[in-house]
Amino acid sequence: MNKPITNLDVSRRGFVKGAAGLTFSFALSGALLGRPSEAYAAGGTKLNAWVTIAADNTITILCPTSEMGQGVLTSLPLILAEELDADWSKVKCELAPGNPKLFGGAHKMFPGAQVTLASVSVPAYYMPLRTAGAQARKVLLDNVAAEWKVPVAELTTDKSTVIHAKSKRRISYGDVVKFAKVPDELPKIAEGDLKKSSQFKLIGRKDIKRVDVPSKVNGTAKYGIDVQVPGMVYASLLHAPIDGVKVESVNADDVKKIKGVTHVLSLPFGVAVVADTVEASRLGRFALNVKWDVSGAKAAPFDSEKAKEEYASKAKDPNAEAMEAFKTGDADKALAGAAKTLEAVYWSEHTYHAQMEPMNAVAKVSDDGQSAEIWVGTQVQPLASAVVAGVLKTTPDKIKINPQLLGGGFGRRIWPDAPVQAAVIANIVKKPVKLMLTREDDIMAARPRPMTHHVMKAGLDDKKSLVSWHHRIVAENVDAVAAPPRFAATKGRDYIGWVGMSQDFYKIPNLKADAIREQRGMRVHAWRGIGAGYNKFVSESFLDEVAAARGVDPLDFRLELTKDQPRAQAVIKAVAEMSNYKKKRPGRGLGIAFSDYHDTLTAGVAEVSVDKATGKIKVHNYWIAVDPGLVIQPENAQAQIESAIVYGLSGALSEELSMKGGAIQQSNFNDYHVMRMSDMPELHIKIIATNNPPTGMGEVGIPTVAPAIGNAVAQLTGKRLRHLPMSSDRVKKALA
Amino acid sequence: MAVAFTVNGTAQSVDVDANTPLLWVVREHLKLTGTKFGCGSGLCGACTVHVNGKAVRSCQTTMSEVAGKKVTTIEGLSATSSHPLQKAWVAEQVPQCGYCQSGQIMQAAELLTKTKQPSREQIVAHMDGNICRCGTYPRIVRAIQRAAREG
Repeated sequence: MNKPITNLDVSRRGFVKGAAGLTFSFALSGALLGRPSEAYAAGGTKLNAWVTIAADNTITILCPTSEMGQGVLTSLPLILAEELDADWSKVKCELAPGNPKLFGGAHKMFPGAQVTLASVSVPAYYMPLRTAGAQARKVLLDNVAAEWKVPVAELTTDKSTVIHAKSKRRISYGDVVKFAKVPDELPKIAEGDLKKSSQFKLIGRKDIKRVDVPSKVNGTAKYGIDVQVPGMVYASLLHAPIDGVKVESVNADDVKKIKGVTHVLSLPFGVAVVADTVEASRLGRFALNVKWDVSGAKAAPFDSEKAKEEYASKAKDPNAEAMEAFKTGDADKALAGAAKTLEAVYWSEHTYHAQMEPMNAVAKVSDDGQSAEIWVGTQVQPLASAVVAGVLKTTPDKIKINPQLLGGGFGRRIWPDAPVQAAVIANIVKKPVKLMLTREDDIMAARPRPMTHHVMKAGLDDKKSLVSWHHRIVAENVDAVAAPPRFAATKGRDYIGWVGMSQDFYKIPNLKADAIREQRGMRVHAWRGIGAGYNKFVSESFLDEVAAARGVDPLDFRLELTKDQPRAQAVIKAVAEMSNYKKKRPGRGLGIAFSDYHDTLTAGVAEVSVDKATGKIKVHNYWIAVDPGLVIQPENAQAQIESAIVYGLSGALSEELSMKGGAIQQSNFNDYHVMRMSDMPELHIKIIATNNPPTGMGEVGIPTVAPAIGNAVAQLTGKRLRHLPMSSDRVKKALA
Repeated sequence: MAVAFTVNGTAQSVDVDANTPLLWVVREHLKLTGTKFGCGSGLCGACTVHVNGKAVRSCQTTMSEVAGKKVTTIEGLSATSSHPLQKAWVAEQVPQCGYCQSGQIMQAAELLTKTKQPSREQIVAHMDGNICRCGTYPRIVRAIQRAAREG
C-alpha cells in the first residue's frame, strides 16, 4: 500500500509538505459561480478550492502566484490539469486570492508561503498541484465507480472523460459533477498515485501556449493601473527622496489652485496631490516645490562615490567585523601556504528594476478606517494585506486584495509600498483613491539591488591546483531590509545578498566567503537574479583570472573543477559545443561562465567586440545551455531564458543608479539606460530537460551574462573589467 | 474646454484642458486602458497610438493636437484581434508581462503600413524607441517578419 504523501520524508522532499491541507470542491450547481476567487472571498460557501468543474465541462483552476510575465497563470494550472487528466482546451485559469493556508507553496526556502519571487513558483507548487489534481480525479473516479457499480480500478480517464473500457461507457467530468458528492474528508494521495513523467500528456508539450497572451495583444489584459472603481479620485506623489525625511515646506496653497486638485498631503513617504482627474493630480505633482528636512534620514549622507572609498577601506581593515557566509576547509591557511596567490577587487553599482508599469494601487478604505479593499498587482498578496493592515492598525483579514496582472515585477512588487500609500491617502480623503507614481517618482522610490564591493583572493599550489578561494563582500544586507524576520532568525545572514558565493559545484578544497555589513539606510531589495547577479559576475570573472594565472583555458578549468558534477559538466560542454567555443574569431572575444543559481544549472558564452574609441561593448552572440530539471512548458521556458538574458545584458552593460545626499540622481529612461532592440545580440538557447524535480526558471538566465561578457572582453583585449555595469566610460578607462 | 475627435471610429467629445495629454483622456476618461503609461516623457513607447494613421506617443500629444483627428488605439486596431500583427504576436508568443505590447504593436503597425516587407534593420530602427523590459525583442522581430510574410 502506498504511503500517504503527507508522511513522506519532508526534509528531503520539502516540497510535499504543503500538500497536507489541499482540498478542492466542485460547483455542484452545474454552473460556474463566477470567478472562484470572488466566490471564495465572498465567504460562506465551501469553495476553498483549487479546481472547479462545471456541468458544461469547463474546469477552472486557480493559480496561487502572481502573473508578472513569467507564465505561471498557464504553467501552474497545467500541472494540476495533468494529474486531473483534464481537457486543456476547456480549462480556465484564474488568479487565487491571497490565503497561504489554502494556497501556500512547499518550497524549501519558503514553506507554506504564497509568494511570487526567487523563481520558486513551479518548484514550490509542482507537488502540491499534482496532488490536488490527482485528488480531484480520484473523487470523480470514486463517484463514477459508485454510480456505475464497477471497481474503481477498472476506470481510466482521458481529456476530462471517465472511461470504463469493459462496458465501453464514457462520461464527461461535467456530467459527473451533476451527481458527484465530494466527501468531507478528501482522499489521500500517495506518490505512487501520481503519473510517471512518461505518462504526461500536457507537461512538457511544446504546443501549449500561454493563456494570457491573447489578452495582451488587444488591450484587454487588466493590470493594477487599469483599475477604476466608482467614486474614485486620483493621487500622484512626489516621492520622498529617502526614507525618514520630513516635509519642511511645501507650496500647497499654490498647488491647490490648480483646477481639480483637492488635497496636498504631506506624508511620511512624500507629498501626495489628490485631484478629481488624473491630469490635475499630475499637474499638481509637477507643480510641487518641496523642501525636505533630512535631519532624521539615515541615508542622507550617502554619496555613491564617497561610499565606495569607505567600502574599500573597510574591506581591507583587519579589525572589520566579517561574518562567515560559507566555508569549506581552511582558506586562510591554504592561502598562506600557496605557491602563487592572486587578489582582485570588484564592484557593482545600485540598479533599478525599471518594471514598465510604474507603481500604483487603487484603495478603498471603510469610513472607520478599519478595513480596506485594494486592487493591485503584487508579488506577495499576503504581505500586502499584512502591511496595509499594520498601517491602518487593523488585522490582515480586514484587507481584501484584488489581485491584478503585473506590468513587470522583477522583485520590485514584493514590497507593497504602493498599496500602503494608496490606503493611507484613501483613509484621509475618505474616497477610493487611484494612486499612480510618475516614472520619476518610481525611480525615486526605487528599491535597488545593492552597491557591492568584493575582494577576491585565490591560492594555487605548486602543481598549480586551485587550493584556496576567498570571496569577501562589503554591502548593505538585503535580507535586513527585505526579509527582516529571516534576517533575525539567521542572526544576520543575508540570504538574498550572498547567493552565488558558495561555489557548490566547484571542487575547491578550501573556500571562504564572508561579508562585511554596511548599514547606511539604503532601501536595498531583491532584483531579478538577486545576489547571483553580482556574485557570479565577480566569482566567474575571477575564476578566469585564476585560469589565466594558471595558463589553462577557462573552459577546461571549469570542466576540471566540475569533474564530479555530471549535470554541471553537461551544460558547460553543451554551451561550448553550441558556441564552437575554441574557434577564434578575428576582432571578437569569447567568454564563458557557469552558474548554479537556485539549483538550475546554466553555462553561457558571450561573443563580443569592443569599440576602443567609445568604450562600447557590442555583444554579437550569446549562447546558453540550461538544465532546470523537468520542464513544464518548453515554449515559455525558452521565453523566460531569453527574457533573463536581456535583463542580464542590460544590468551588465548599462544600468546604474547613483546617489547623492542619499537621493537617486536618475529620473527616467533618458538617464537610466535599459536594453533596447538595437542592443540585442543573437540568442542561442538550449534547454536540457531532465526528469529531476523542476527548479527555478524565471531568473536563471541572468547570472552568467555579465561574467561571460567580462571574460570575453578580457580574452579580446587583455584587460579585465571588474566593475558593473561595464559601461562605455568604464571600458574606455580600462582600455586606456 | 470640449475637444472633439474620433477614437476607434467613434466620435468623442471630452471636456478637458487643451494641454491634457491624449494618453490620460484615452485611459482614464474613455476607459480604453490598453494604451499604457510608462514614462510620461516619450522615452519608452508604451503609450503609442495612431493619430490619422501616424504612430505617436500619446503622453506627448496634447488634446489640442488631436482635435478633429482620428485616433486609433490598440482596442481599435482590429475588432477581433485579427490584425496580422496581433495574429503574429500570438503565434510567436511575444508578450510576457505584456505591459508594453500595445505600444509595440501600434508602433509596428505603422511600419507595415509604410513598408510592406521591412528588413531586419528597418524593423530595429523603427522599433528602437519602444522598451520591453521583459526582453521580448527577438520575438517582436520575428512577429513583425511573420506578419509581413503572412499578411
